[in-house]
Amino acid sequence: MAKISGAVVVDNERCKGCNLCVVACPAEVLALQAKEVNDKGYHYAYMANPDKCIGCASCGYVCPDGCITVYKVKI
Amino acid sequence: MSEEIKLLKGNEAIAHAAVRYGFDGYFGYPITPQSEIMETLMMLKPWETTGMVVLQAESEVAAINMVYGGAGSGKAVMTSSSSPGVSLKQEGISYLAGTELPALIVNVMRGGPGLGTIQPSQADYFQAVKGGGHGDYKLIALAPSSVQEMADFVGLGMDLAFKYRNPAIILADGIIGQMMEKVVLPPYRPRRTEAEIREQCPWALQGKPKGRKPNILTSLELSPAVMEDNNLRFQAKYREIEKNEVRYETVDCEDADYIIVAFGSIARICLKTQEMARAEGIKVGLIRPITLWPFPSQVIADYARKVKGIISVELNAGQMVEDIRLAVNGAIDVKFYGRLGGIVPTPDEVLDVIKKELVK
Amino acid sequence: MNIEDIIKPENIVYSKPRLMNNNPMHYCPGCSHGVVHKLVAELVDEMGLEEKTIGIAPVGCAVFAYNYLDIDWIEAAHGRAPAVATAIKRLNPDKFVFTYQGDGDLAAIGTAETIHACNRGENIVIIFINNAIYGMTGGQMAPTTLLGMKTSTCPYGRTPELNGFPLKISDILAQLDGTRYITRQSVHNAAAIKKTKAALKHAIENAMAKRGTSLVEIVSTCNAGWKMTPDEANKWMVEHMFEKYPLGDIKNE
Repeated sequence: MAKISGAVVVDNERCKGCNLCVVACPAEVLALQAKEVNDKGYHYAYMANPDKCIGCASCGYVCPDGCITVYKVKI
Repeated sequence: MSEEIKLLKGNEAIAHAAVRYGFDGYFGYPITPQSEIMETLMMLKPWETTGMVVLQAESEVAAINMVYGGAGSGKAVMTSSSSPGVSLKQEGISYLAGTELPALIVNVMRGGPGLGTIQPSQADYFQAVKGGGHGDYKLIALAPSSVQEMADFVGLGMDLAFKYRNPAIILADGIIGQMMEKVVLPPYRPRRTEAEIREQCPWALQGKPKGRKPNILTSLELSPAVMEDNNLRFQAKYREIEKNEVRYETVDCEDADYIIVAFGSIARICLKTQEMARAEGIKVGLIRPITLWPFPSQVIADYARKVKGIISVELNAGQMVEDIRLAVNGAIDVKFYGRLGGIVPTPDEVLDVIKKELVK
Repeated sequence: MNIEDIIKPENIVYSKPRLMNNNPMHYCPGCSHGVVHKLVAELVDEMGLEEKTIGIAPVGCAVFAYNYLDIDWIEAAHGRAPAVATAIKRLNPDKFVFTYQGDGDLAAIGTAETIHACNRGENIVIIFINNAIYGMTGGQMAPTTLLGMKTSTCPYGRTPELNGFPLKISDILAQLDGTRYITRQSVHNAAAIKKTKAALKHAIENAMAKRGTSLVEIVSTCNAGWKMTPDEANKWMVEHMFEKYPLGDIKNE
């Protein structure tokens, strides 16, 4: 069975740190930066556990600001 | 198809002219004394001939916002109403002005305030020429005094509206709307195609081809600096209109001792007064503003230096007289005579006033 | 596999829609508007309607929708979007014309325009964001505010004696012969978003085929107005809003 692997790229400056992508992620890949903020002062989202990403794009769908690009490959 | 001569009410003439001048849409709501405009359009069924859309809206508010949308898509659109209905339209008219959209509004005035009367009046002069709704803006205001002008100004109003991307208003009254006269209707002018609209109105909403920026029509601007710039642009346009578009008619003013200023239907009565006065040896002339805005201030100011007296005769409590006094700027005392509530003065009555107030 | 090998253009499965530009959106973090904006952008593109689409922006939080989607837009006066759309569609019958309105715009000040556009069966799509509050003006009561719900103009909670009842306008509109498709959806998770996209697509197809008025109500959150985090707001919506505003098709002919 092919293993699916994915990755998420967040547009850090567009991200408002709303946390909806973090909640939507079924694989606990995403988290908000604990200390780092973008130019607007938001704790933006990032891949805290990149190895777990399955490329399901749930994060992308729920992102209100269109700051998430999702990539997926079958290995 | 060529021009045609018909015997029509003023309101009917507007409807016929709208179809012939190639309007794309009419949106209205019935109110006396102008309901014949929409009734005539519905009888004419222009959607089967020229393709013009005619729609009875749920309110004057909806109708003017339909005009706003239609104008936004680059179409030649109009609405008509009478005084209480035109008050309801003011929000939409302000949006049209603030978004710089061309449109034609017809007000067949009746007496107010409030529900007032269905009898004729000119009491919406201030509303039409000073803005009417919120914000600093101007409408190109045309005042017909014949059924012929009711028809002609439909074309003129739309041409000026598109020339300046600004709403225009025909300020008529119940007399002109209801009376019948011979009228020469213009030849049919074809409605513009989508390609012509895209070319002539690059701002119009027609869908964004790839490679062009989106067209966004809005009057909203939260930056004070940009909003001031927008307003200054409007004002510059208004100065340009004032320079180019003043229209008026003068009758026997060259040697006049006294001048009557009157617009619309009342100018017809005053024309008779003027003839009667001349027959009695009183040298009276008449100035009839055709554009109420831009107002023919210069010609009035010029005559004010030559004559012994000026009187404004209106079907209101004294509105245009304020613009005459501004034009004259104290050079001469400007008298006023008006009738209210739908009462229309007779030529003799006006002549008596002239004798009493001016000649003495 | 290295992450660099995954992050390649050919492996993209989700990204910001092409017709959504890079202007930062003024919406509060977590606001439902952005998700609905994305769906509109995706559908206009996927359905090949870019050159035919004319949007009507409301007064309310989505007043600046025209800054975010690269299509032709006109800004309507408060509540008047359906009247504006009526004329644009009637005068340009082959265009895709839609309004994007909030609960105050559509169901309070614009009730007459909404009902009559639907009753005439105008071939437009009405996208109705129902978040039970006035977001733009700072959290006042909406016609759809739930009983007991606190807003800045019903600070002790909405009561029927003072404020009347939450208005289920979509149910009213479904009674009108002019409407073809009335549905109530949400965008709080990926599954709901996919359903909403399908609903919007059906609505757009109706409009282009001139099958009458379609309205897609999207029960939404206003986390700032509700004074919750975006995630809490989603949960509160599921628990409270869906009871009064149940999801699903109300009319689909």
